[in-house]
Amino acid sequence: MSRYSYIPHTETEISEMLETIGVKSIEALFEDVPKVFDFKLDLPESSDEFSVARELKALSKKNLSLNEMAIFRGAGVYYHYIPSAIRYLSSRGEFLTAYTPYQPEVSQGTLQALFEFQTMIAELTGLEVANSSMYDGATAVAEAALMAVRTNGRNRVLISQTIHPEYRHVTNTYCHAQSIEIEELPYSKDTGQIDLEKLKSTLDDDVSAVIVGYPNYFGIIEDLKKIKALLDEKIMFIVVANPIALSVLEAPGSFGADIVVGEGQPLGNPSSLGGPGFGFFATREKFVRKMPGRIIGETKDVDGKTGYVMVLQTREQHIRRGKATSNICSNHAHNAVIAAMYMSLLGKEGLREVAIRSFDKAHYLFHQISKIEGMEPLFSGPFFHEFPVRLKGTSASKLNADLLKHKILGPMELEKDFPELGNSVLFCTTEAVRNEDLEFLLGRLEEIL
Amino acid sequence: MTIFEKSVSGRKGYSLPDEPLHDSSPLSNVPEHLLRKRDPELPESSEVDVVRHYTELSRKNYSVDCGFYPLGSCTMKYNPRLNEEVASLEGFLHLHPHQPIESIQGAMEVMYELQKMLSEITGMDAFTLQPAAGAHGELTGMLIVKKYFEVKGEQQRRKVIVPDSAHGTNPASAKMAGFEVVEIASNSSGLVDLDNLKEVLDDSVAAIMLTNPNTLGLFEKDILEISKIAHKNGTLLYYDGANLNAIMGRVRPGDMGFDIVHLNLHKTFSTPHGMGGPGSGPVGVSAKLKEFLPVPIVALNDDGYYFDYNLPKSIGKVRSFYGNFGVLLKAYAYIRMLGKDGLKFASEMAVLNANYLRVKLSKLIKASHPGICKHEFVLDGSILVKEFGVKTLDLAKRLLDYGVHPPTIYFPLIVHEAMMIEPTETESKDNLDRFVEVIGKILEEARDNPETLKNAPYTTPVRRLDETMASRKPVMRWKKEK
Repeated sequence: MSRYSYIPHTETEISEMLETIGVKSIEALFEDVPKVFDFKLDLPESSDEFSVARELKALSKKNLSLNEMAIFRGAGVYYHYIPSAIRYLSSRGEFLTAYTPYQPEVSQGTLQALFEFQTMIAELTGLEVANSSMYDGATAVAEAALMAVRTNGRNRVLISQTIHPEYRHVTNTYCHAQSIEIEELPYSKDTGQIDLEKLKSTLDDDVSAVIVGYPNYFGIIEDLKKIKALLDEKIMFIVVANPIALSVLEAPGSFGADIVVGEGQPLGNPSSLGGPGFGFFATREKFVRKMPGRIIGETKDVDGKTGYVMVLQTREQHIRRGKATSNICSNHAHNAVIAAMYMSLLGKEGLREVAIRSFDKAHYLFHQISKIEGMEPLFSGPFFHEFPVRLKGTSASKLNADLLKHKILGPMELEKDFPELGNSVLFCTTEAVRNEDLEFLLGRLEEIL
Repeated sequence: MTIFEKSVSGRKGYSLPDEPLHDSSPLSNVPEHLLRKRDPELPESSEVDVVRHYTELSRKNYSVDCGFYPLGSCTMKYNPRLNEEVASLEGFLHLHPHQPIESIQGAMEVMYELQKMLSEITGMDAFTLQPAAGAHGELTGMLIVKKYFEVKGEQQRRKVIVPDSAHGTNPASAKMAGFEVVEIASNSSGLVDLDNLKEVLDDSVAAIMLTNPNTLGLFEKDILEISKIAHKNGTLLYYDGANLNAIMGRVRPGDMGFDIVHLNLHKTFSTPHGMGGPGSGPVGVSAKLKEFLPVPIVALNDDGYYFDYNLPKSIGKVRSFYGNFGVLLKAYAYIRMLGKDGLKFASEMAVLNANYLRVKLSKLIKASHPGICKHEFVLDGSILVKEFGVKTLDLAKRLLDYGVHPPTIYFPLIVHEAMMIEPTETESKDNLDRFVEVIGKILEEARDNPETLKNAPYTTPVRRLDETMASRKPVMRWKKEK
């Protein structure tokens, strides 16, 4: 019998099968493979489940889990409470071990769940159509830029400096490859919002798209209305949004956004060292044929019963090959379905409550911090659940090292990505920060500063 | 029924700590016009509503856990539950990407070791774990090709050669990286035609993208010759790892002369597929291309593991943070359990299963190419049309009634009415025999009463769906009836 629990073959079966094939040995099945590799792999020996589980458990304990700390760090990945039902539902084998729904008749579970997901994203963003996910927030922004250029044929993309630094890096990588010009838009040193004067003077007939955050990387809520007012009809208005914030902030679609993208991790997905989460991607119906990624649509079967299928596949790589809207094939369907489960459990009330609690705690913290000598909030613009603060007296890294000793994951240090801000940090709160954690943090801050 | 139609106003399926707000009207400092006027139409459900809804949906899905899933080129092998268990360990699941590195040394050790193990399995010098899926890995690889020639000052290399049997992602990825795609036709044996290749190979060709074994399940036996010709021309050789499952532990892409490799962890290393993602598509490169990898890679020095951003020629970043860490853990656990001999044995059994099935099935439906295959093979269904007036699609739909997931159909495009079958190593001989029996029965039905196939399926949650209408007048979201 095979020594490996994942492989069912017995010796007898192997012999019978070789005989049916008409070869003497397994080796005969590999005769066309050149013998350029005659040594054994330098890898560990096979192991039993018990030992591998123990080894990994030991490794996991070398990490400090967010559950063991009070969390004041967001900066793109957010620590929200995840209802227990999600893990149990999403780990069902019928979701976990299914493939892309190539045979819709036996994939209605996947298809309907993603159709519901698309509906929820369309509701949140205020746009007509959403796809069934991208890899992450960064690739969603990059693909949005490519889509804009594909749509209006212009070649210059303006991206706000307050878009997540990693998203800007990825967008640069993608756009550079297609010789698309990227230009960064500065922010106002007073409000932390995009510098509207500068935007106005940068706009011209070559501009394909303007990309802004909502809220931006600093947590500041941009005035989408004022920005949209500056853009001509042809310019694609791309908004990078936090999905939780969209339950209280006016939908970008209402302000005339053409594409809304973002990172979906806050919707019920664990932080998992930054992956996998998923990217969401929504647009106007008139642009749908330019949109990358899989889209699920409703239809009828031969008996007139409602069902779901993948639609508009002629945009996709498996049909159009080199002429596809994108090379994306596998997306992050499982994470998108987790988000649908999360939004179903929380509903419109719950999502709003999560947003308001995150918001309320951040504003309380902001207010208290303003009173502490040695800390100074940087911007006056309205913010959601994150805000930057300049430190005097102590360095950001020293502060965080001190906080970590008290099992506090302190604010994100900004100097590396925003050297002009000097010794500054970005605080974040979610509903998963307890009021007592806030007081504990404030006590430590007063001690340290 | 959708979750929206089941919604009942006032229901909720969550609970939060009962803490007072600090401010009774917390949103008051946001300008009025930026606040939402109308709540998003999200469903309102109790926890039991949601659990039953998604459980009901799950029962409308076929999956590897439900039965045989012989989708060609997808490697739908069984997904060990140990993978799930390790990925959901507290100390892995809840880590912030910007946590101090001293608080994530265990996670970094897994990534470092995985980089090393994948390098060993493929014969490459260095790996990035950043790409989120196979196609994303292809794009990363193509961007490396581009940057490499930019630095070398050979900008005239703007073409990438792709065989007509390649996955659709290959030309799409090359195009996305800004290359011009040159497709070359396979020869009558289903392999790269050396003469064709030589003809198009000049100093404008940056790379050749190959899958080996290819999508017909055939090993490109001239690979050493191909790699010699390519390298002599200064062209890089790219390996699409979708079919690595056939050759693990027997031959390595690096030893065959490939310069860049992407792997599909969700396929070969069983992480699993999750309805079409998340996957993971790490990219390995030979020594001369290492400094072009996306940043960061995980490195080790006397102080421990750290993120190395010091790759001056890096193509940049291709996604945020470090890749799909949760998926990487699963692949790590899978490789650790099978170990060096197990990986080799897995590919041997995958190839054994494929050949066994090929020999038995080709007595019923002609195989596209005779002789030994690797982990998959293609049947030529054109005989169904000729003799019974039914299509491969009809046979596929009828398979659903027998509780089997159909093979990949109509791919590769170069075989008419193609059926591409990949049984993988985790299916037993009994299961394969049953599959042959079912195909036999369906062929009898095709002969006696072809209408049975044309109207199939009958027993699935929905029957044959109108895909044409769905795309002509797409309905892509649920709407309340007015």
